Amino acid sequence: MTTPFLKCVLAIVAKDLRAEMRSRELLSVMALFALLSILVFSFALELDRAARAEAVSGVLWVTLIFASLLGLNRSLAQESDQGNLDALLLAPVSRSAIFVGKFAGNSIFTGIVGLLLLPLMTVLYSMQMLDIRVIFTTLVGIVGFCSIGTLLATMTVHTRAREALLPIALLPVALPFLLTAVRATKGVLNGAPDWQVWLQLLAGITVIYVALCLLLYGFVVEE
Amino acid sequence: MTIIQVEYLSKTFGLLPALRGLDFSVERGESVLLFGANGSGKSTLLRLLSGLSKPTAGSIRIGGWELPREAMAVRAQIGLVAHRPLLYENLTATENLDFFGKLYGIKADEREARGDELLRQAGLDRRAHTLVRTFSRGMKQRLSIARALLHQPDILLLDEPYSGLDQAACELLDELLAGAKHAGRTVILSTHQVARAPKTAERALVLSGGKIAFDGPCDRGRLAELNRDAPKA
Repeated sequence: MTTPFLKCVLAIVAKDLRAEMRSRELLSVMALFALLSILVFSFALELDRAARAEAVSGVLWVTLIFASLLGLNRSLAQESDQGNLDALLLAPVSRSAIFVGKFAGNSIFTGIVGLLLLPLMTVLYSMQMLDIRVIFTTLVGIVGFCSIGTLLATMTVHTRAREALLPIALLPVALPFLLTAVRATKGVLNGAPDWQVWLQLLAGITVIYVALCLLLYGFVVEE
Repeated sequence: MTIIQVEYLSKTFGLLPALRGLDFSVERGESVLLFGANGSGKSTLLRLLSGLSKPTAGSIRIGGWELPREAMAVRAQIGLVAHRPLLYENLTATENLDFFGKLYGIKADEREARGDELLRQAGLDRRAHTLVRTFSRGMKQRLSIARALLHQPDILLLDEPYSGLDQAACELLDELLAGAKHAGRTVILSTHQVARAPKTAERALVLSGGKIAFDGPCDRGRLAELNRDAPKA
């Protein structure tokens, strides 16, 4: 007897959202970090308008990735610290359903931070970030990044130096997301014609990473 | 009728052997005390039986299903109470049970009814809507047992469930175990304290150095004797 995939995914997402609404451990830390980060970059680039226009997509993605790292660490630590990952693994549910549930929850939290950042950056950087193409690119990039992030955070969460180990393991693997997402966002903001190519590339990488993570998650959580 | 069949079971962590060629079987409805000093392999054995860990050698059959190959079929039959409570601190007792009920595919109305009943049996009905992070160790342990019993498993595995509990909590735990035994569940409970051997235990399996040192009736005097003679980890 196996619990239906979708039911399990929805149960895990609902549980994560409910727990977060109570504790606000993830969103508050992620949002505060993201806000401070764009403020610092804003001051650093204030005098140079041209540099600001060039750097804004990089600022967005570096901020999102580091904010996401904070969230991923906390999200998986909540499962690991009380042994809850074992409780999930004891249930008659497929490992990929557990992965999708955790990955969806992490994507929602990072997505919320991303959607909060865009209007703030519009004001601070005087760039039109509230463009549907920027929003779409941001969400696609977040989904891709959170897929590999969830997988690697599950691997590192049992280690003592998990806060340090996750970025070291994740950033090199996430480089394809960072490059394509920055180029696609920059293309949209600067009106470059090749933004669609970069977005397609980003979507392609996201699909490949999500598929790989679905396949690998079972091996990662099994002893 | 045999519900657990273990043959030549071994588990090694790196070069360190935790279990060495265990052979035993457990009958349906039997209540077994797994006894041994710290480091004797009790927790490792319970993790193997629950399917959370894979054996290095040997085989485990639960209800006719082989672990780890047919783990999915076995999971619904197992309820595990581990060292840690396996509960979400930022959810209430009811929400925890409801979440795990969903994972075990229990229908909504049945989930609610079973959850309420188990909370009542565990003496937590008044704290049903309180966040678990405000619970004492004993309350978490009782809720953990309620979680393990929620899907009405055939086999209940308990790893040192009495540790950190006061006398009243221990008595309530005894009642819950007696209820599980009465319902015909197979119970395997590990402890390293002779005094904490539950009255419901009929049989004792004593582990020493990863091997079975004794397999027989649960007699506290005999267990104390074995405990005295056992090499310390």
